[in-house]
Amino acid sequence: MSARTTSAAASWLPSAYLGLILAFLYLPIAVMMLMAFNRSELYELPFVFDLVWFKALAQNERLLWASFNSVWIAVVNAIIATTLGTLAAYAFARYEFRGKKLMQLLLFPPITIPWLIIGTSMLIFFFWTGIGKGLHAILLGHVALSLPYVIVVVGARLQSLDPTLPEAAATTGATPFQVFRRITLPLMAPGVVAAALFAFAVSFDQFVISYFLAAPGTSTLPVEIYTAIRKGFTPEVNAISTIIILVSMGLVLLVARNYKFGGDR
Amino acid sequence: MARVDAENVSKHYGTVAALDGVTIHFTDGEFFGLLGPSGSGKTTLLRMIAGFIDPDTGSIAFDGERIDTVPVHRRGIGMVFQSYALFPHMTVRDNIAFGLDVRGTAKSEIDGKVAEMLDLVQLKGFGERKPRQLSGGQQQRVALARALITNPRVLLLDEPLGALDRRLRQEMQVELKEIQRRIGITTIFVTHDQEEALTLSDRIAIIDHGKLMQIGAPEAVYEKPVSVFAARFLGDANVFSGQAEGGGVKLATGELVKAAAGNAATAIVRPEKLDVMAAGTEVAADRNRIAGEIVQSIFSGASVTYRIRTNALGTEPLLVFAQNRSAAPFARGTQVTVSWSPADTVAVAT
Repeated sequence: MSARTTSAAASWLPSAYLGLILAFLYLPIAVMMLMAFNRSELYELPFVFDLVWFKALAQNERLLWASFNSVWIAVVNAIIATTLGTLAAYAFARYEFRGKKLMQLLLFPPITIPWLIIGTSMLIFFFWTGIGKGLHAILLGHVALSLPYVIVVVGARLQSLDPTLPEAAATTGATPFQVFRRITLPLMAPGVVAAALFAFAVSFDQFVISYFLAAPGTSTLPVEIYTAIRKGFTPEVNAISTIIILVSMGLVLLVARNYKFGGDR
Repeated sequence: MARVDAENVSKHYGTVAALDGVTIHFTDGEFFGLLGPSGSGKTTLLRMIAGFIDPDTGSIAFDGERIDTVPVHRRGIGMVFQSYALFPHMTVRDNIAFGLDVRGTAKSEIDGKVAEMLDLVQLKGFGERKPRQLSGGQQQRVALARALITNPRVLLLDEPLGALDRRLRQEMQVELKEIQRRIGITTIFVTHDQEEALTLSDRIAIIDHGKLMQIGAPEAVYEKPVSVFAARFLGDANVFSGQAEGGGVKLATGELVKAAAGNAATAIVRPEKLDVMAAGTEVAADRNRIAGEIVQSIFSGASVTYRIRTNALGTEPLLVFAQNRSAAPFARGTQVTVSWSPADTVAVAT
């Protein structure tokens, strides 16, 4: 009621502002998705609906392989980083040990160090240790990169949990493992799911490190797109991007529906 | 049901003694109140009995069997936390059933027990709700039911009513006492609320700075405090200090306060033990008497609270709780004589 009593301009302005922001965020993506369905190779109008670029994509082995690599690396990265990071966050939240403060402090700088520098140092380090280049090196790099994000996200969730809940469970006779499985794990699940999404996104998005660590002939989608653009842009890239956007947005919306981030359901 | 023996238990954090050589023997089936200011060590003792804190020295035994190396989940305790600590992702029913569920009890048996518990704490029909849909008092009952369903040997309560408002707290006190008596479970609870401790407990212990100050039945501790701290912690007290002489305390002003126990450097008298009369009224020779002037008179219906300035106590006013029996309370500025029996005067060490 109170919102309606304010002047028309006052209620109209915020919506317009929000609309502008959303347009700024989504318009380029919308244009790209539209062009994926446009027949013209040179982005010419009028718009003529055609699936020619999706058909071309189906023939483009390099792009498809790169997409496949990107997806499995992101998934495996999410699994490994989420598992390791959740265990680390749990240890930070529940146990006292030597060097804990220092370790927690050292988690954050990698988030702020430019990727170019991290990529260079990884390249040198992997070369020096014999790990070399290739998808395994990319995966290793992505896990290292995702870990701080996972630890921070899961840690924030653990922080917000009442520490007496596991204690209460123990007093009723639950073993430490039962306490973890029945109480702690379900309560931190929203944080773990959010962290896994983060880890997936960090890996799926990653260009610089993947570019540095890719062996000739094998690469991930961002690297392949970059290479494709340098050779001359084709709307096949729009087609693959459209598929990826639809899938990843669907995934995020699905998760967001089931877990309200930040809140306590 | 069990006897609980805490034998000379201590816990140090760095150089600070959270608990310093405390021995308490909790008898089977008693309702025992651990009382003390925050940071006194009362919660440390409770958490030690629960198994969350290991004692540095000393031992804890249930029915003569040492349990201080047994992990929490195998001690056979039930505990209610101040925050209730209900599992937010489970229904009331699943919260209560949890202790049986983790033991692998048959579902049919669990259902029967849960129904019994819901009945006991008067929450029939609330089983399918989530904790957040309940009021504070209801959550408290669920926590109690969850703690009792496993037939624990000892029930531990950590400030169980602290989060409730005054009225609800009084209701729950009555209910808690009733449930405890019906089940007959040894119950140890921590509180900083002296009234709650007096109302609920069969015995209480006053703890301060990690040390046991006094232990006994509520009436005994109230009537015969062993220290000024114990007296002040359990209600109000007038404290006379001076020299031990002439069968009581010889004050700096030369007046003598006679005490039942004889010579004492410090004597305590509870405010409700004092009689206030108009100045010059005859007083029996064996009673203590002191002259003063009323500086504050608060009328609250059934009783009147006086603050009286006396030479004997100097700046500290003498506190009196008087029954409202006379025609009119004394007004501020009235010269009065205060008298009381030496039998009500408790000699303490400090």
